[in-house]
Amino acid sequence: MNTSDIAWMLISTALVLLMTPALALFYGGMVRSKNALNTMMMSFVALGPVAVAWALAGYSLAFGGGGRFAGALQYVGLRGVGLEAHGTIPHLLFMAYQGTFAVITAALISGAVVERLRFGSYLTFIVLWTLGVYAPVAHWVWGGGFLAGDGALDFAGGAVVHVNAAAAALVAALVVGPRRDYGRHAMLPHSVPLTLLGTGLLWFGWFGFNAGSALGANPTAALAFVNTFLAPAATLATWTLLDLTRGGRVTAIGAATAIVVGLVVITPAAGYVGPGAALAMGALGAIPSYLALILRARTRLDDSLDVVAAHGTGGAAGALLTGVFADPAWSGGPSGMIAGHGAQLGIQAYSVLIVLAYSGVATFVILKAIAAVMPLRIGSRVEGVGMDVTEHGEEAYTTGDGAILVTPAEAAPGRRSSPVVASSGGAL
Amino acid sequence: MKLIVAIVRPEQLSDVLEALFHAEVRGLTISRVQGHGGEMEQVENYRGTTVKMALAEKVRLEIGVSNHFVQPTVDAILGAARTGEVGDGKIMVLPIERIYRIRTGEQDQDAVTPVPMHPDS
Repeated sequence: MNTSDIAWMLISTALVLLMTPALALFYGGMVRSKNALNTMMMSFVALGPVAVAWALAGYSLAFGGGGRFAGALQYVGLRGVGLEAHGTIPHLLFMAYQGTFAVITAALISGAVVERLRFGSYLTFIVLWTLGVYAPVAHWVWGGGFLAGDGALDFAGGAVVHVNAAAAALVAALVVGPRRDYGRHAMLPHSVPLTLLGTGLLWFGWFGFNAGSALGANPTAALAFVNTFLAPAATLATWTLLDLTRGGRVTAIGAATAIVVGLVVITPAAGYVGPGAALAMGALGAIPSYLALILRARTRLDDSLDVVAAHGTGGAAGALLTGVFADPAWSGGPSGMIAGHGAQLGIQAYSVLIVLAYSGVATFVILKAIAAVMPLRIGSRVEGVGMDVTEHGEEAYTTGDGAILVTPAEAAPGRRSSPVVASSGGAL
Repeated sequence: MKLIVAIVRPEQLSDVLEALFHAEVRGLTISRVQGHGGEMEQVENYRGTTVKMALAEKVRLEIGVSNHFVQPTVDAILGAARTGEVGDGKIMVLPIERIYRIRTGEQDQDAVTPVPMHPDS
């Protein structure tokens, strides 16, 4: 084992963990204020059940050796996952690092179904999805499964994380259906500054996501790190030009989106391409997502926070461009089309389609199974009132005017079963 | 001339504004207010503290209209603001002693008669 590698991976794990609260800010700012807490909780809560499910079973299904399609059960309950070396770092640390990926991938899906998916149904969904979709797909690419065997390149999770989450988001948006007000009323972001703050923290955390995927403090980590700096910069520059050309004004939400798209695009390529290619990928990757955003708004698909346009389109573009730009002169590893291995592009397309298809179908099955047991959506009236009060019994922004203290004796019976109680008829 | 004051649920506001624009009511003012109309009280929890929210968020609309616009305005609000549950709000029609339009100094009926849209706009 190598202490420098251990130090860098400890930091990287914390950096990737921070991305989930960052995503909560990013998403939370984009919804209406009456749903701010619910939306942020959809990200935050993944830090609990998903991380537990990962430790208990997910890690084994992804990295427990085993066959082409899923890991074996040897690491269930973290049995046999100790401080022994896994590469140059402790096995347990590797498990935790990968766990932070499982958490943010599940949280990403929430953007497509905010402001109407019941919180209980969502919790059930992300746990089942992590075990049934994320873990096997991670196994295919990183755990010795069939996509790795076929030569698919995915440095830090273009297919495993982004295409995977976006396919689930697309299907979830279709199954759950659009928000009551979608296409009828304008629904504006309630706090663009929150979204910008979230974007900044996402970028910061993404250095752990991409450079940490080198699994050590080595030159490949430095390459991935610099590419994580350059690609979103190029995407932001391109996006700015597109915004200027199209509307004459550069938007803040646009800038936030551009940075995330750039980060997504470079994710599968981070340790495989040179800095020039990273700039090119960031610039090229802006275009399909920019168009996808414009097109999506004209459809009945209420992918509320554009998970598909940012992570699906961006992730697919990144995966394909990795097959074009992968450069052994920089990475000492695999070659892409420009370096003379044209077939890599085909392998990349194949890996994206496989992940898309499996994630889409499995998400559909999981959601339908949940719907058979409990309602997926909140009621239409509740949608009007907002989910912070109805699902969580809290408000994001309250002055506290008119709040009457309820003593424990009054509050005790039946409080949990009904979040709303009848007025006692007291004069006011 | 009447002043119509309506208290409605915030989540119905978009529908109410849409109905008013369809009824060609052009001039109005809204404010965010808090009130209590006998509706169910929301119970919220913050750490160990449980509270009943005795005041609910509402929106108040104030619309000064000429007499023949009173009924269409009231009908538009009644239709769009109703959910059928306690807490839908109130509409009050008040007499007005005098109205001035500040820009021109016009009074009363003239002051609440919308000017034709500017041809350039």
